Amino acid sequence: MFDYHALAPELIVGGTLMAALLADLVLPEERKYLVGVVGIVGLVAALFPLLTLGFCEDLGFCSGATERVMFGGSYVVDDFALVMKGLFLVTGVISILMSVGYIESERYYQGEFYWLIVASVTGAVVMASSRDLITVFIGLELVSGPAFLLAGWRKGDVRSNEAALKFFLIGVLSAAILLFGMSLVYGLTGEITFEGIRAASATLADEPAFVMGVIFVLVGFGFKISAVPFHFWAPDTYQGAPTPVAAYLSVGSKAAGFVGLLTVCYLAFSEVASIWGPALWLLAALSMTIGNLTALKQTNIVRLLGFSSVAHAGFVLVPFAMAASYDAEGLQSAFFASITYLLVYAFMNLGAFAVVIAVAAKTGSAELDDWAGLSRYAPVPAVLLAVFFFSLAGIPPLAGWFAKLVMFRAVLGGTGAWGAALAVIAAVNAVIALAYYARVVKTAFMDPVPATVPLADAGAPIAPALVLALGVTAAVVVVAGFYPPILSFFGDAARALAFGG
Amino acid sequence: MIVNQFLVLGALLFSIGVYGVLVRRNAVLVLLSIELMLAAVNINLVAFGAFVDDAAAAGQVFALFVITVAAAEVGIGLAIVVLIFRNRSSANVDELDLMKW
Repeated sequence: MFDYHALAPELIVGGTLMAALLADLVLPEERKYLVGVVGIVGLVAALFPLLTLGFCEDLGFCSGATERVMFGGSYVVDDFALVMKGLFLVTGVISILMSVGYIESERYYQGEFYWLIVASVTGAVVMASSRDLITVFIGLELVSGPAFLLAGWRKGDVRSNEAALKFFLIGVLSAAILLFGMSLVYGLTGEITFEGIRAASATLADEPAFVMGVIFVLVGFGFKISAVPFHFWAPDTYQGAPTPVAAYLSVGSKAAGFVGLLTVCYLAFSEVASIWGPALWLLAALSMTIGNLTALKQTNIVRLLGFSSVAHAGFVLVPFAMAASYDAEGLQSAFFASITYLLVYAFMNLGAFAVVIAVAAKTGSAELDDWAGLSRYAPVPAVLLAVFFFSLAGIPPLAGWFAKLVMFRAVLGGTGAWGAALAVIAAVNAVIALAYYARVVKTAFMDPVPATVPLADAGAPIAPALVLALGVTAAVVVVAGFYPPILSFFGDAARALAFGG
Repeated sequence: MIVNQFLVLGALLFSIGVYGVLVRRNAVLVLLSIELMLAAVNINLVAFGAFVDDAAAAGQVFALFVITVAAAEVGIGLAIVVLIFRNRSSANVDELDLMKW
């Protein structure tokens, strides 16, 4: 007997996929945006069972354990999974909101576009609960598969083609590497569930084949979260793909990779932390440094955001890299820090991309030079641009500062030179990052307007759906900056996973 | 049961695949090289599955999933390659350099 309550989010999203397909079939061409509406309604509806599951003990009609284990331990719905599912669903909703006006104006197939976003979100929702190697793999591929197609959505544009092919080849290559690692892990432990692998791996830390398996799994996930040195596809893909897709990739798809990496490391490989701890340390340090240094010299805003998202992946990894040497309490604070960072990052990065879409519609380009003097003819987008970019830089009172604060607190909570070294690297990088975020804002507010822009229709209103996406993300970023508990509450809930590891 | 010879075969096949990915310039051949890597994974999984001999036959089940997903991905990949070939009359990955640094 299945626990239908625990599976309700997945079932609703799955039903939404069917409904979206049907809607696409019967709707006339000029009403295709309604497929997006179906997708949004379905994703929002899937949020409700998350709430009833999360507050189960407070509700009269609800029964069952807080942690629901299904399918022989392969699928677990706990507080961590609920928080991440909520993040993925909200990311999906905001991505669709950003897409509506954009896709409509480009005259490409609309219906399938929304369908593919919902399909990718389905994979991410499955990822959050999966607790065995097969389910993680299926979830990850379900996230990536539709994303390959979304990246190449502008079929006539060679840049979009190139983005799709690079993303696809790297994505499949990383899946193959991940699978090879998984096959070794399975063979040496004889187990497929994380719980079983953990129990069987205590004596394997010195076994070369097992070490190789763990490293291969890390490399596979490293590609998905675009950590340096596996990041080179990300800026190209973001730049070439339609901008709403880039937003989804940099938040939804990346967060799914993080969920996979963190659950595998903490639940399956927790006995062999001596293998992945140093590897993650290196990934974190390299991602922050190289991501930020390369972002410094970018002239295209989307590309700049691509490198900035590489750097942010490094920041998210910072607490985890040190967590291997922590006690139970330090581990919890590391978990809290990374998940909170991920939540804050999701909203500010989606907001930043939404601003890019709104402004690019006025300037006709995403090149920084064309954005000069933006505040003269488009004051509201210019102010929002400043809000999101300063938040990404971590300037109070915008939400980004809180993310940085918990990150530093977690990494300095432990002892030892390695943790201190990583904190120093992170601090230096926070300063470098400010330089390029501030440069964009300075260009938009202080430089003279170039002769070629704005476009003739610069006064045209921003699409209503995009306004809604901007409003939601801006509200969260500002409110969470003044009152962090609205996001850290969810980060707190995710501490649950640390107990398992 | 001795599992070594299968693992050696798997590792060799995987290495040939990696080599192909690195040196082949045609997108279709790169895709085929990745398929070789996935075939190596399947050999590993099936060999380990027979070696471990667990009740759930997880290795064999995993291999079936890998085969299915690989087939789906080839569908996506060839569609993208066809698209590129239509727009540029070439599927050479070296020429895909519109965006860098």
